[in-house]
Amino acid sequence: MIDVQNLTKYYGTVCAVDRIDLRIERGEIMGLLGPNGAGKTTTMRMLTGYLPPTSGTIRVKDYTIAEDSLRIRKLMGYLPESAPLYPEMLVYDYLGFVAKLRELRGMTAEGRIRELADMCGLNEVMHKPIGELSKGYKQRVGLAHAMMSDPEILVLDEPTSGLDPNQIVEIREIIRRIGKEKTVILSTHILSEAEATCDRVVIVHQGRIVADDSTDSLQSSVSGRQILTLHLQLADFSDVKRVLGGIAGVSDIRRMDEDDDVLRLRMQCGSETDLRPEIYRAVKAQDWILLAFQQERRNLEAVFRELTQENPA
Amino acid sequence: MRTVLSIFVKEFRGYFVSPIAYIVISIFLLITGWFYFTTFFLVDQANLRNFFQMLPFVFSFVVPAVTMRLFAEERHVGSYELLLTLPVTTRQVVLGKFFAGLAFVAALLAPTLLYAATVGMLGEMDWGPVAGGYFGALLLGGAFCAVGLFASSLTRNQIVAFIIGTAICYGLTLIDRVLFFLPQTLLGFFHFLGIDSHFQNVAKGIIDSRDIVYFLSLMFVGLYATHLAMEGKNR
Repeated sequence: MIDVQNLTKYYGTVCAVDRIDLRIERGEIMGLLGPNGAGKTTTMRMLTGYLPPTSGTIRVKDYTIAEDSLRIRKLMGYLPESAPLYPEMLVYDYLGFVAKLRELRGMTAEGRIRELADMCGLNEVMHKPIGELSKGYKQRVGLAHAMMSDPEILVLDEPTSGLDPNQIVEIREIIRRIGKEKTVILSTHILSEAEATCDRVVIVHQGRIVADDSTDSLQSSVSGRQILTLHLQLADFSDVKRVLGGIAGVSDIRRMDEDDDVLRLRMQCGSETDLRPEIYRAVKAQDWILLAFQQERRNLEAVFRELTQENPA
Repeated sequence: MRTVLSIFVKEFRGYFVSPIAYIVISIFLLITGWFYFTTFFLVDQANLRNFFQMLPFVFSFVVPAVTMRLFAEERHVGSYELLLTLPVTTRQVVLGKFFAGLAFVAALLAPTLLYAATVGMLGEMDWGPVAGGYFGALLLGGAFCAVGLFASSLTRNQIVAFIIGTAICYGLTLIDRVLFFLPQTLLGFFHFLGIDSHFQNVAKGIIDSRDIVYFLSLMFVGLYATHLAMEGKNR
């Protein structure tokens, strides 16, 4: 659906986006993650044709952005960060204006506006000037703007910023629903959001892609380090430390707490291969009773911090 | 074409939502009315010549006030990003906004038709110069709109846009008055560059193709420069 190659953007001498390659398939919800100034917004602006890239190509379907920018813009809906809308216009007038530019006419436009007002919960503010709306409502107007033409591709720059928790859940639901048939690209620096809504996460840092994977596999396998927790009965901590510490790759065995006679342990495994069978065998050879044996799923937050701090460019 | 129309309608309606439109119209009518009618009975002639004579000077600051927000505000709010990611081209945006400004200038002039009506009742009026005057006023307004639009495209600050626009417009109006400072060889060129003499020709009812070409090319240059400025801003 979207094919980005070697995309680069310089602002003067500052490199904002550095040779990015991306492929986005139809029906994918892709999250663009990164700290502030990582190049998320710049990338999105280039995708939507607002900023011309310094070099590199963007293809959407059979069109390239350099030649068919107008056609691509017809396929896309875009919500910029913090929804910069005309403050003095009424919400209804604004949506009417967008509908006209989207080439919706008469009754179709009217119907679509009503539909979007229901979907985004705008009914009670339709006749207020946009400048008087709260940030959450403004964001919803922006979302309605982006979805006006029912576009095949939806590009959302921090769609949930400024919303209250209920609205965030609502918007995520809308995004999920749209994402069933449409392609959605959204940027965020809230990791739980990417976890909750995206199928795939691309982490950018200093203009480069540092990770690109499905949300699931990102969480379980970055950098080959895993954390295991064990609950053992009838075991003595020093014995455990001696036995398990003998396995190559296991380090940092720590006792979390001890109540009754259950020993709760946490350890790091820094090996390319899965160490769990070996640990299990070692435990089985002793008289200990194994109550729990678990591999911790690292949340995206840990992955994110690791990738954006340990790789200074 | 429909896109230009949509942008035009949105911008034109936008004028009347904010109080600025009414303030500008009031100031314009107050100034022109005052200056015109204070001398009117002294001159004792049933024509609008005095009114049209001062029009370039008044328009030099009224029209930039009309156009200053067109691009500057858009860039200040950031809404230009939204607009340009819709399927519209820079050219359509520039044209839509230009015609909105011009239509507002026309709306500004409309109440002054009452001057003509009043004066027509007071004495025997020659309607030719009046028609020419209004035609010329629209050409003048268009040229200043293009200049003001260009000024607005240079900055995100409306005040700065207003000052730049006013400076250029006054420059064009006043060139005629400073010609005696210039060497003989350049005289012809700078005389042609000045807007005042062209306008006064048309306002007398003399429709000369040179004057029309002058106004149209000034509009074209202003709009083209605006287009370049808006395209270039994104690089």
